[in-house]
Amino acid sequence: MNELSALPQHTTQMMLHTPFHSRVVEACEINEWSAWQGYTTPSSYTNVEFEYFAIRSNTGVFDLTPMTKYRITGADAEAYLDRLLTRNIAKLAVNRVAYIVMCNDAGDVIDDGTVFRLADNEFRLCTQERVLDWMMWSAAGFDVEVIDETADVAALAIQGPTSCRVLRNMGFAGMENLKPFGMQTFEFNGARIMISRTGYTGDLGYEAWMAPEQAESFWDALFEAGKLRGIRAFGSEALDIARIEAGYLAAGVDFVPAEQIVRNGRGRSPLELGLGWLVDFNKPVFSGRKALLKQKEYGPRYRFVKLSVEGNKPAEHSFIYCRGKAVGTVTSAGWCPTAKTNVALASLEMPYGRPGDELEAEIYYMRELHWTRLMAKCTIITKPVWEPARRLQTPAPDA
Amino acid sequence: MTDKKYDAIIIGAGHNGLICANYLAKSGKSVLVLEANATVGGAACTREFAPGFKVSAGAQWLYQLNPTIVSDLKLIAHGLVYAAQDLDSIALNPNGQQHISIHGSHASGGDLSEQDAHQFAALQGQLLRFVRVLDRVFNRRPPKLIESDWHDKLTLARLGIDMKMLGKEDMSEMLRVGLINIYDLLNEHLDNPLLKGALSLDAVLGSHMGPRSPNTVFTYLYRLLGQHYRFNGPALLKGGMGQLADVLLHSAQHQGVEVRTNSAVITINLNADSAKSVTLGNGDTIVANSIVSNADPKTTFTKLVGLRNIEAGFSRRVQVIRMNGNAAKLHLALEGLPDFTGLNAQQTGARLLIAPDMKYVERAFNHAKYGELSPAPAMDISIPTVHDGSLAPAGKHVLSATVQYAPYALKDGWTEAQKQLAQKVAIDTIAQYAPRIKEQIRAAEYLSPADLEQQFNTHGGHWHHGEISLDQVLMMRPTPGCTQYRTPVDNLYLCGAGAHPGGGLMGLAGKNAAEEILRG
Repeated sequence: MNELSALPQHTTQMMLHTPFHSRVVEACEINEWSAWQGYTTPSSYTNVEFEYFAIRSNTGVFDLTPMTKYRITGADAEAYLDRLLTRNIAKLAVNRVAYIVMCNDAGDVIDDGTVFRLADNEFRLCTQERVLDWMMWSAAGFDVEVIDETADVAALAIQGPTSCRVLRNMGFAGMENLKPFGMQTFEFNGARIMISRTGYTGDLGYEAWMAPEQAESFWDALFEAGKLRGIRAFGSEALDIARIEAGYLAAGVDFVPAEQIVRNGRGRSPLELGLGWLVDFNKPVFSGRKALLKQKEYGPRYRFVKLSVEGNKPAEHSFIYCRGKAVGTVTSAGWCPTAKTNVALASLEMPYGRPGDELEAEIYYMRELHWTRLMAKCTIITKPVWEPARRLQTPAPDA
Repeated sequence: MTDKKYDAIIIGAGHNGLICANYLAKSGKSVLVLEANATVGGAACTREFAPGFKVSAGAQWLYQLNPTIVSDLKLIAHGLVYAAQDLDSIALNPNGQQHISIHGSHASGGDLSEQDAHQFAALQGQLLRFVRVLDRVFNRRPPKLIESDWHDKLTLARLGIDMKMLGKEDMSEMLRVGLINIYDLLNEHLDNPLLKGALSLDAVLGSHMGPRSPNTVFTYLYRLLGQHYRFNGPALLKGGMGQLADVLLHSAQHQGVEVRTNSAVITINLNADSAKSVTLGNGDTIVANSIVSNADPKTTFTKLVGLRNIEAGFSRRVQVIRMNGNAAKLHLALEGLPDFTGLNAQQTGARLLIAPDMKYVERAFNHAKYGELSPAPAMDISIPTVHDGSLAPAGKHVLSATVQYAPYALKDGWTEAQKQLAQKVAIDTIAQYAPRIKEQIRAAEYLSPADLEQQFNTHGGHWHHGEISLDQVLMMRPTPGCTQYRTPVDNLYLCGAGAHPGGGLMGLAGKNAAEEILRG
């Protein structure tokens, strides 16, 4: 057998196409493409603002097939995930989804993602990075099988206030009763597809998971059903605005995945990313436990904060100052059009970011080749600037 | 569950386990030693392998037992008796004459030139100066480089000073040869192929390395540690190596150590990050403040603790420790003293080496690299009955040999047929030097690394519990993140050869571990 043919497709072929590619190409009017984990994906289809407002006002559709997906099966699947992830997976019921992080032994975050409990001994783990090596190393001693199923599962995010209605129009009766972080299997075209109430936009929204053969007909039916509900495909740029508005982290942007780090000390623990709530120290063992316990006792090195930045200039890559001292940097920033707030996510050195600390962002921006520097006051905010009630309501409101 | 809570439970009554127990008990700790086998000593054992014929079934020579341990534990008073000491090593010449004798730093005989003899003495002298530096580090816990405390800084400072004290020439030479191979080093200094062959065998015995493998100067220095410990050649104990076990047991019991044989530990039980107790095969659970494993690190973590109970990064490090044994043991029960061509009866009791030149040894290794048997193995032969009649009926003899190489991961597996073949090859090899030996064999036993693994509960059958390679020594032994006899599991310590400084029958791992445990 040809050895190459035995390798996963993404290791042998430059720039894969997702099963939705024929439809994506058709919709991508401006030819703005970028690479995402080896796949050709659109940064934008038409106009970033249009696409963003489709997410916030109607229904936006995003091809998330390139998201790395692992299938974990076997008698020890739950025990395996409990050692791999910081959260308590034993508490995750079948047909439920959880946001997760995984750490290395140093307690630094390797990646964040979501875990879906498909059955007692069957899970899907979605991550930003490809982390198969770490997952395989972690499998020693467990009766478990780990498969990279990225290319075998086509996935679409269907996000926005009319998303539930659009899916109901497609024939998915009872869609409104699906709770946040729940999932359900539906019949479509004689095949089974899974729909979860999850997303990365901070709004009411769903993700649909299906066999690649279903992809094109699902896309067609979806857009047909959403025609009168303002449905629109969106690319990675619009998604980025939405996720910053919702205050969600991006691996590789807001933290460097631990297994990619070259320089000592550049990793971030969950406690240093504001994700301490994902760590269950009551579990006897998980990778990173010892280091995180120590960090909990002696205090983390960094504090991750959401900032409301004065003015409307995005504080991208800005230094954050406290009384004239540089105490951190912005990892993600943007003007949030719906919340009408200038938001930044920033990593500050401890102990800065205490109540009462006066923080300023040093912002540079250019207009017609003219650079301007300004110092903008920042206020730490604890809640996302975009958090509509419908995100968590069941039944999901109609619109 | 037994009620008594011990200060320390030691898993495995190998020599390091017993030594560790002795030191802990000397400091007033209550110690329980649990041994899976029926007898204590691990690879320091004497066993009857044919009716009336006994042999040191694991280690056959005592050549680097640490003298501080012998005096600290008063082992002589407890009955340590040598059958022979400071034996010569004789490099056998295939031509049946012109064998070369090595005694400490002196070589003679055969066609050895005066220049080679002189060069050899000078080389050994220099290497022994390097060994003195190493010994200072081996005698203490290995220093951590990051997170080092004053104790570690002192060790590092002393290492630096010791290196400096070597003088400019020696220091730069130590740094030059420390990482290279024995093949190049010996070629730089010596001409005689037979002498070089024998010396190169010393550098690779028990390891998965050939004379041309980098790292083999270091393993040679490691072997020379024995000479630094005043072993001017290997020694034999009266009644075989089991005597060392008996003496250590006697001394331990004298200190109040409780030793239970036939008590295999099945699991080390954790409470979150901390070792709390052990469970035996019979279901008994015994609690202790410290659990000390004399088992090798792979066995300790894969079998006893369980990989799923430690964090994944450390689990991976444990799995990649290189510790596949590559040496077999051959035991022969003989009707009479074998007649090695060109040796008299007294010389037959020396350490006999089959390694006619360095390429012979390297070629033997080539096969092992690919999981094959060496058709012409190198060998280290001992006929202890020349010095110790207690091991065989009157007039009869036993021969014990280390057969280098015999890969643990044999391509075809260690089936009975493969073992028969390997045994035949080994005997044929000896017969080239002692032609009548086949007629004298009453019984034979061949122990592959798979057998050694099973008999001594040592993963891979590796007698050092892990290669003595530069990436697996000092603060990286057994693996980074698990050093200074501690492990990522609180209250779980390692005291075996898998920990610094490793060893044959040296004992420093057990002694140093006890010091660390007492430090708390």
